[in-house]
Amino acid sequence: MNLAPIVRKEFRQISRDRRALGILVFLPGLLLVLVGYALNFDVKNLSVAVVDEDRSPESRHFVQSLTGSEYLVHKWSLDDRSGIDRLLEEGEAQVALVIPRGFAHAMIEGKSIQVQVIVDGANANTAAIAAGYVALGIQDYSSRVLAQWLERHGAHILVPIDIRPRLLFNPELKTAKYLVPGLFGLILMLSTVISTSLSVVREKELGTMEQLKTSPLKAYEIIIGKAVPYLGIALLAATLILVLGWLMFDVSVRGSLLVLYVAIFIFLLAGLGQGLVISSVAKNQQIAFFISVFSSLLPAFLLSGFVFPLSSMPMILQVIANILPTKYFLVIVRAVILKGVGIGPVWDQFLALSLFSAFAIGLSSIRLHRELSS
Amino acid sequence: MTTQDKDIAVTVEGLTRTFGEFTAVDDISFRVKRGEVFGFLGPNGAGKSTTIRMLCGLLAPTAGVATVGGIDVMRDPDSVKANIGYMSQRFSLYEDLTVSQNIDFYGGVYGLEGERLKERRAWAVRMAGLVGKENELTGALSGGWKQRLALGCAILHEPPILFLDEPTGGVDPVSRRRFWDLIYDLSNGGTTVFVTTHYMDEAEHCNTIGFIYAGRLVALGSPTELKQGLSSMTTYEVKCARPLDAVDAFQELPWVKETSIFGHAFHVTVSSDPSAVGSIRDILMNDKNEVEAIEEILPSLEDVFIHLISEEDRRKAKAA
Repeated sequence: MNLAPIVRKEFRQISRDRRALGILVFLPGLLLVLVGYALNFDVKNLSVAVVDEDRSPESRHFVQSLTGSEYLVHKWSLDDRSGIDRLLEEGEAQVALVIPRGFAHAMIEGKSIQVQVIVDGANANTAAIAAGYVALGIQDYSSRVLAQWLERHGAHILVPIDIRPRLLFNPELKTAKYLVPGLFGLILMLSTVISTSLSVVREKELGTMEQLKTSPLKAYEIIIGKAVPYLGIALLAATLILVLGWLMFDVSVRGSLLVLYVAIFIFLLAGLGQGLVISSVAKNQQIAFFISVFSSLLPAFLLSGFVFPLSSMPMILQVIANILPTKYFLVIVRAVILKGVGIGPVWDQFLALSLFSAFAIGLSSIRLHRELSS
Repeated sequence: MTTQDKDIAVTVEGLTRTFGEFTAVDDISFRVKRGEVFGFLGPNGAGKSTTIRMLCGLLAPTAGVATVGGIDVMRDPDSVKANIGYMSQRFSLYEDLTVSQNIDFYGGVYGLEGERLKERRAWAVRMAGLVGKENELTGALSGGWKQRLALGCAILHEPPILFLDEPTGGVDPVSRRRFWDLIYDLSNGGTTVFVTTHYMDEAEHCNTIGFIYAGRLVALGSPTELKQGLSSMTTYEVKCARPLDAVDAFQELPWVKETSIFGHAFHVTVSSDPSAVGSIRDILMNDKNEVEAIEEILPSLEDVFIHLISEEDRRKAKAA
C-alpha cells in the first residue's frame, strides 16, 4: 500500500495552511475556554431584597438563616413593598421576601403565617433554582421552629424524613465539570468533519484530484492517505482539550485513558466518514464548509445532550439524536472522565457509536471509490 | 504481438461515449504511431477531453475498444495508468508546496525513491528551468514555469506515452514555444505524445492530426496531407482595401467554397480554375475595393478545418 506520499504531502500542506491549523488546533482551545468559562449554569450570589414588616428578633433570625449561604445574599432592606418592583425590574435583586407583621407572634404561638416570596422569572432556569433554594431554606426553618415548639410543650419528635443528598461524581455541581467532557464531542466532530471535507474538495477544485486519478494510486490509498494525518491531528487536539480541561477547570480523567482514547478513535472515524461523504457531494469549498458546520455543529451542540437534556425534548428530536454519534460519545466520555467507569457499563453506547462509524466510513468509501475510479 | 503492433502506441476502434441523450464521442477510430506527436484538434466541446479521459482510464467508453501501450483501457485501467503521463491545462500542482515538494509527491505517487527519485528530481528542475528555485512555493511561479513543472511531474516516471490536454492554455507565446521544444525532445527520445489543442500553429507542429467535430473524427493525416486533401480547390490570399466587405461579397457566390478573414487580407477558396484570379479581381474592382495583391497560397490548416466543418454541417443538414 503506497500511503507515504499522500500522508507526507497532507502534513506539509496542513503545516503551511493557517486556516487548517486554526480549525484543528486553535479552535478547540478557544471553544474550550469560551464555553468552559462563559457557559455557566451555576446559580450563586442571588441578591435578596427583604421587606421586614415585623421588625422582630425572630424575623431577623429567619432572614439570617435563609441568606447565610453563598447562594442567597441579603443585599437590600426595604421599608415597604413599593420598592420591590423597581429592584426586580432593574435586576438589582432576583428574589424579594416579604415578612408580614405578626411573624414573631405566630412563631411563638405555633400558628401558621404566610411569607411572600417573589422571584424574577425572566430566566426560567435561574428562577426555578432560586425558588428552590428559598423553598428549601424556608422548609428547613419551619421544621426547626416546629420541633422547638413541640419540645416546649413536652413532646419529642423526629423529622420523619431527613434529606441529606450526597452528590456523586461532581459534588460541587460545577457546570464546567459537566461541560468540558461534553465539549469533546463538539470540538472533535467540528474539526474532523470540516478539515477532511475541505481537504478533498480543495483537490477537486484544483484539478489535482484528476491528476491523482490518472496515477497508479488506488482509490482506497488516496482515501486512507488523506484520513491518517487528520486522524492523528484530531487525536492531538483531543489530548490538548484533556490537558487544558485539567489545568483550567480541574477536570481529571477518573477512568481508563485507554477506554477514553478507544472511544475518541471510533468517534473520529465517524467524523472522518461524515467529512468524506460531504466531500463527495459538495462542488466547492464554500458548500463543503457550510454543510460540514451545519451537519456537525448543530446536532453536536443541540442534539447530543451536551447542554440541553435530551429527555425533555420532543420525541422526533430524540429519535434524530439517537441516530447521531455524538450522544453516545458524550455518555461514554462523561462516564469515563467523571464517573471513572470501565467499558462494562457503557458497552451498549460503544456498540451504537461503532455502528454509526462503520456506516459513515462504509458509505464514504463507496461514494468516493465510485467517484475516484470513474 | 506483431511487429506492426509494436509500432503502434494507441489504437482506438469505434470508440463511443454518451452522456444520456448526448453523444460526446461518436464512433471514432484511429491509431497513434510510437514516438510520434499526435495532435487531437477540434473546437471546444467537440469531444477532445472526453476521448483523452477514456484513453487515460478515467472514463469508461460506452462502446468500442481502446488500447494504450497494448493494454485494453476497459479491461485493465490500472496498468494503463502506470504506463502513461497525464497533464491537463489546470497544471495540477499543489500551490502551497514548494517546487521540490511537488516533485517528491508525484515521484512518490509513481513509486520513485532513493537515487532514481533524486536523479529525476534534478532532471525535472533543470528541464523546467527552475534551478535555484527548488524551495520556492509553486503558487508564486509564473504560468510558463508552472506549465513546465507540471510537465516534469507528469513524466517523472518516464512513461512511454504522454497525454497532454490543452497544455498551453493561458501561457504566453514564448513559454508556448519553449514547451513545444520540450515536446519535440520527448518525441525524439521515443515518447509518444498525444496532445489536444485548439491553436492552429501548434497543430502544424504535429506529425499526425486527428480533427474531431461534434463527436466525429472528420479528418486524419499529417498537416501536409490534410492541406493536399483540398487539391481540387485553390486558396488565394487577397489583400485589398476593405477585406470585410469583400468577404461579404464573395460568400454568396456559387463557385466560392470558403472565405475567411486574416488580418488585412482574406482567404478565398474556389474550385481550381485558371480564370478564378481574373474573376476575383473583377468583382473587387466593380465594388471599388482597391486590390493590392492576389496570391495563390497553400491553404492553412485553419482553411482546411473551416472547410471540413462546413462540409460536416452540410452533410448533417442533408441527413436531417
